[in-house]
Amino acid sequence: MSLEAAVHLALGTLELDIQITLSEGEVVAVLGPNGAGKTTLLGAIVGLVPLRDGHVRLDGQLLEDTTTRTYVPTEKRSVGVVFQDYLLFPHLSVEENVAFGLRSRRVGRRTATEQADRWLERMGLATYAASRPSALSGGQRQRVALARALAPGPRLLLLDEPLSALDVSSRAEVRRDLKQHLASFPGLRLLVTHDPLEAAALADRLLVMEQGRLVQSGTPAEITERPRSQYVADLVGVNLIRGRADHGSIRTPGGAIVAAVEAESGDVFATIHPRAVAVYRRRPEGSPRNVWPGRVAGVDRMGDRVRLRIEGDVPIVAEVTRAALNELDLDRGGDVWLSFKATDVGVYPT
Amino acid sequence: MRRQSVPPAVVVLAAIGAAFFILPLLGLLLRAPWSEAARSISAPETIDALKLSLIASLSATGIAVVLGVPMAWIYARLEFPGRSLLRALTTLPMVLPPVVGGIALLLAFGRRGIFGSWLDSTFGITLPFTTAGVVMAETFVAMPFLILTVEAGLRSMDRRYEEAARTLGASRWRVFTRVTLPLIAPSLFAGAVLCWARALGEFGATITFAGNFPGVTQTMPLAVYQLLETNQNASFILSLVLLLVSLLVLVGLRHRWLGSV
Repeated sequence: MSLEAAVHLALGTLELDIQITLSEGEVVAVLGPNGAGKTTLLGAIVGLVPLRDGHVRLDGQLLEDTTTRTYVPTEKRSVGVVFQDYLLFPHLSVEENVAFGLRSRRVGRRTATEQADRWLERMGLATYAASRPSALSGGQRQRVALARALAPGPRLLLLDEPLSALDVSSRAEVRRDLKQHLASFPGLRLLVTHDPLEAAALADRLLVMEQGRLVQSGTPAEITERPRSQYVADLVGVNLIRGRADHGSIRTPGGAIVAAVEAESGDVFATIHPRAVAVYRRRPEGSPRNVWPGRVAGVDRMGDRVRLRIEGDVPIVAEVTRAALNELDLDRGGDVWLSFKATDVGVYPT
Repeated sequence: MRRQSVPPAVVVLAAIGAAFFILPLLGLLLRAPWSEAARSISAPETIDALKLSLIASLSATGIAVVLGVPMAWIYARLEFPGRSLLRALTTLPMVLPPVVGGIALLLAFGRRGIFGSWLDSTFGITLPFTTAGVVMAETFVAMPFLILTVEAGLRSMDRRYEEAARTLGASRWRVFTRVTLPLIAPSLFAGAVLCWARALGEFGATITFAGNFPGVTQTMPLAVYQLLETNQNASFILSLVLLLVSLLVLVGLRHRWLGSV
């Protein structure tokens, strides 16, 4: 079982150009900022957004192909979707919502109702069968939406920001439930989210998407260890520098030279953890080979730690303690020197 | 809260404006021959007019729903050249003098009309001066209200519900009947009531196209008009009945027009 999609389309200012493959047994999350085209990608896979170029193949069945002008309409695709705000039909009961897909596929009323009831029981919602969706809590609605998508037995399940409509207090619990339900679903599973925690908790493999393009893919651990875009670096909370390695140093596009022992040759990414960056008021003298002046452009307090955004030849975020901030008198910014060791720079090829 | 300063001239003009609406209603209420009400309403010609009015206006509303909802759907959902022109033409009766509508119907569907003569010679069907003619005249004038109300409902509904239904395997027809129509039910109801009220009050197009034959084409408004010459008291009572109906429509749709004040 597999999904293979090559999607190229333009919608407003968004230009989507992405290829994804999904195999049996894995849960894949597309992670990206708002406006990256995640929802549009789902729309293209399910056939609601027309492709300009490309194809969608599910289990060897061609659902869409622009070269042969193949197009299987949405209602004939074996794809279940959990929409961002669930889109439960407000005029139908919870049971009727779950039975809707079965009824659409010409399952008799009685059988459809029985199956819907079984799904509701599995979701722990049997007592709500006759309720309207508006009477349910956010977490309950999410489970109804999941049951509604799964009831017709799709081969592919798509989830669009499955937890973003929930308040923070119920999110952890719903996420746990969702993970279980995803694990028990035998088909292919693809979810999109802008929340890295959600992606890491639910998925085995992440696809990072920015401005309609795939920028990185891998397991959550691989991605946090080796960010390949500013977006991921920001999510993970590390400094990311791109440049050209030359045996022990990296030259950035701006011309700055960063000493890094791991640097060999070729185009590389370099990461420096903010905690590895030391901040001084006067030029320090010591062993670190990376020393340069900068100006504090922003101060973000995170508990007893403080992150300083420092502008200079290479913009760097440094993490210091609250006490150090007071000692350095940097509450309102100011000129500083910063340093970090060449051994604290992680290097990997682009 | 902000303290509102009130210009006296505005209040005076607004009061005159309000009186302009309230005085005629008051006149009708005060001068109505209440003692004769029961007798006027139960008079055979009144009963006939009432029955005919109900049958014709409800038929017109039914036709308007069956034909108007698909039209509204097409206006709201499809883009095609000439859509604006078509919409303008099919909603023209809202602003057209009804008597002009009646004459236009006569020229199209009259016994010598371009379409009517064919109907007459081929099927032996004549529409003018029949109850069917009344229904046609009322539909012609009232359907635009339904079309526009339903179109507005379709435009403002969240179409993603339709997409959700499609991902669940619903055919286009099933999406329309099980999702779209229920979701726009309030608009459909409001449009139908509006359409019905307009049909019930129709006068100009009806008298022009269908004439004024008691029991066949004489609806309530036509009866009111005729009774004004022969039996004023009965005419007042019938007017009151029509006023009552209008009031009920207004109250029924108050959330739509008056907000939830």
